[in-house]
Formats: sequence, C-alpha cells, structure tokens
Amino acid sequence: MLPDAERLCVALADSLRPGLPPDSALVGIHTGGVWVAERLHAALGLKTPLGRLDVSFYRDDFSRSGLHPQIKSSDIPFEVNDRPIIIVDDVLYTGRTIRAAMNEIFDYGRPARIDLAVLIDRGGRELPVCPRWAAQTLQVEPGRNLQLERSEAGLLTLRLIDA
Amino acid sequence: MRNPQLNKNGGLQHLLTIDGLPREILSTILDTAAPFSEVAEREVKKLPLLRGKSVFNLFFESSTRTRTTFEIAAKRLSADVINLNISTSSTSKGETLLDTVDNLCAMQADMFVVRHASSGAPFLIAQHLAAMGLEHIHVINAGDGRHAHPTQGLLDMYTIRHYKKTFANLVVAIVGDVLHSRVARSQIHALITLGVPEVRVIGPKTLIPTDVDKLGVRVFHDMRAGLKDVDVVMMLRLQNERMQGALLPSPQEFFKYYGLTADKLECARPDAIVMHPGPMNRGVEIDSAVADGPHAVILPQVTFGIAVRMAVMSMLAGG
Repeated sequence: MLPDAERLCVALADSLRPGLPPDSALVGIHTGGVWVAERLHAALGLKTPLGRLDVSFYRDDFSRSGLHPQIKSSDIPFEVNDRPIIIVDDVLYTGRTIRAAMNEIFDYGRPARIDLAVLIDRGGRELPVCPRWAAQTLQVEPGRNLQLERSEAGLLTLRLIDA
Repeated sequence: MRNPQLNKNGGLQHLLTIDGLPREILSTILDTAAPFSEVAEREVKKLPLLRGKSVFNLFFESSTRTRTTFEIAAKRLSADVINLNISTSSTSKGETLLDTVDNLCAMQADMFVVRHASSGAPFLIAQHLAAMGLEHIHVINAGDGRHAHPTQGLLDMYTIRHYKKTFANLVVAIVGDVLHSRVARSQIHALITLGVPEVRVIGPKTLIPTDVDKLGVRVFHDMRAGLKDVDVVMMLRLQNERMQGALLPSPQEFFKYYGLTADKLECARPDAIVMHPGPMNRGVEIDSAVADGPHAVILPQVTFGIAVRMAVMSMLAGG
C-alpha cells in the first residue's frame, strides 16, 4: 500500500513552514517535482514566483542515452544571486537528478543556499545528496520505479511500476 | 537501403538533407530547439552536453553567418571548435577532401560541419566514415553546392512555427533565384514534409528549375499573383556568383519584377512575415523599407538558427 501523495504534500508544506526565509524560492524539477512545488508554493503563500527546471541538458547519462525526446524549457523567473533556493522533487533515489539541478541553478547565478525537499526518499543514493525535508522514507526494491502521477482532475497519486 | 542519415535505431546519425527525413524527426528537432533558445537568457550561456567533444568547421566555401552560428552553437554546448580556413590549408596544396577528413579523424574529431561548393560532398564524407568504421563521428551539411542546406531549412521552419504556431492552413511563397538555391530546396522539402498545404515558388522562368512542380509546389512568374494572400514570404538571395550566361538582363530589372517592395507585399496577408536567409542584396531582391519593416523577421531567424543548430548537434551526439 503506497502512501497518499496529497497527504504527503500537506505534511511536506507543514515541515517547511517554520523559519522559512520570506525571500525563499521553490524550484520544481519536471515533471513530478513541479506538481509538488506548485502545491507547496500555494500552501506556503510564497511571494517569489515558482521556478521550473528540466535537467535533461545536465544529465550525466547523455552520452549513453542521448536527449530525452520531450524536453521542456527551464524557467527561473527570479534573481538567483544571494537567494535561498529549495529544490523540490517527487522521489529522491540516486541523487543524480539533484546533482544536475544544482549545476543548472548555478548557471543562473550564485544562490545564498540550496536545500532539498522531496515527497519520498526511497534510498539507493549514488551521490552524497541528503534532503533537508522528506515527507516519507520508503524502501523500494531496485528495478522498480516509484512515480508520481496526476489525474485529469489534478489529483496526485503514487504508482509503482517495473523499470 | 537505410537512409544514410539515420542510425540503426532510427535516430539521426548525420544531417545531410531534409529530403527523405520523416516528419517526426523534423518535429523533434523543432521541439528540441525550443528549450535551447532559453539558454541565451542565462548568466552562463553554456550547457555541458558536448563537453570534451571536438567539432571541426570545414568550410570549403566562404560563409560568415552560418559558420559563426555553428561555432556559437557548438561553444554553447561546451564543445571545442576548430575552424578550418580551407582556402589557406592543405587542400590548396593538393590534398583530397577525404585525406583532409582522415587527418582530422586522426586528431580525434567528433563532428564535422561541412560547407562545400560541390553537391554531395558531406554525403561523401559520411559514406567514407561508415566505410572506415568511424560511426561515432557525425557530419552536418552546412550547405553543399545547389543541393541542400538543411539547418537553414530547419531554422526557417522554426521561425514560421514561432510566428504562425502551426503549419496547417499556411500559404508560403519562396521568391527569387530558386534554380541556384540549396536553401530553397531544403525549404520546399521541409514545408511539404511538415504539412504546409500550399507552397509556391515565384521567379523568372530562367531562375526556376523546369521540374520543380514535381516537388508539389505551384509556380508563379508574376510576383503579385504569387504573393496573393500568402502568410509567409521567403526571399532568396540572388546568387550572382553562381550565374553563368545571360539568365538575367540586369539586377535593376530583377528588382523591378521580383524585388520585394512594400507595394508588392500588400498583396500578401496583412500579418504576413518576411524571411531572408542572408546575406541580403538590398535593392536587388528586397527593398530596404521591407527588410527593416514591421513584417521582417530576418534577424530573429539568425537567433533561432543558434538554438536549432544546438538541437541538431545534441541529437547527433546523443545518438
């Protein structure tokens, strides 16, 4: 039985709220991370507009697997220099996506700091990446993908599929 | 036989011509170019995709815009770019094209961007690389003779899609020296593959290939009739350097009948866009008032060209 993604979003927002600097910016990673970031942005009432990253251009497996066929434009609609940034993703696994996201953010400027908030930490890290906030940790066997899906009505759910 | 531009998985191996490429690949290139165009807005205008790769610009024919935008595209992808000025190099000492290529392969080339006065030269290089088992080296045609200039055709399609959103229901006119133009050939193949319902070519009989209608275009010799209600006007450069014999009485007379003036442009739709691949001959194929006027999207074409070339290079390098 997988946890309820909507509840996890609420829990994640609650854990971010205390002591959040008012000029903080959220940056969601396409596609699931953007959905979660949209939830957090509304729940936290942040003034800074939401950023969105497609890390395809920074992935470390480009020379092996090439470009993803449907790349979205990254959009960072705020000044990055000296700003506290929170990267938001749905599922944290190897940490390679987060490495790519950090590299991309630094091409926009030098943030004051970067934190990481995720719905699920499924373990299996291959890089020294640790989330500051994870709504839940969950053991998922290697070879299976845990992914966030959004229904037509906009409802978020988690699903386990064979990789 | 497999399309020599595609690898065994159906992905792009080389970009030699638009002729024969499926619509899905053209659309993927245009879709992929869009996020690359955003990179120009960043503090660091660089992506790591081609880091450590060597891109050789092999220009056997002079070019400023194309060579420069290829160079910028490769550099924004973090590649090392080596520009070979062929007129002062070994070729002028008698080295053959393929010997030049072999030598550059021995210098660990990863990609060749080739412009050559002879149609088919980039294809010859691609074929040679395959015969040598060097399938990891990619070739991009940056204009070969009268044959093709595929990245120009693609950046033109990107420009049209940017301003017109879709290719369905468009009427597009290509105007001028179609006979000598590799750009026109690439444009025609791309427009038809992407589903533009009406493609016209406009020019004097001496500068329109006799069987061009077999490609699915309508031929007009009267410019006003040809421009009637068009959405997109694609001007071509009058290729003085390729003219042999008396194809034209004079540039002045060409301008009178086929030069794009504000007056002739009034035959097109009020929201028509005017494109030109450059370099422009002002007062020959296009009047300054139009080239600098509100319908012209000639400078955005140049900017979009960088993103399109970044997309093509990345798709090739990524297999």
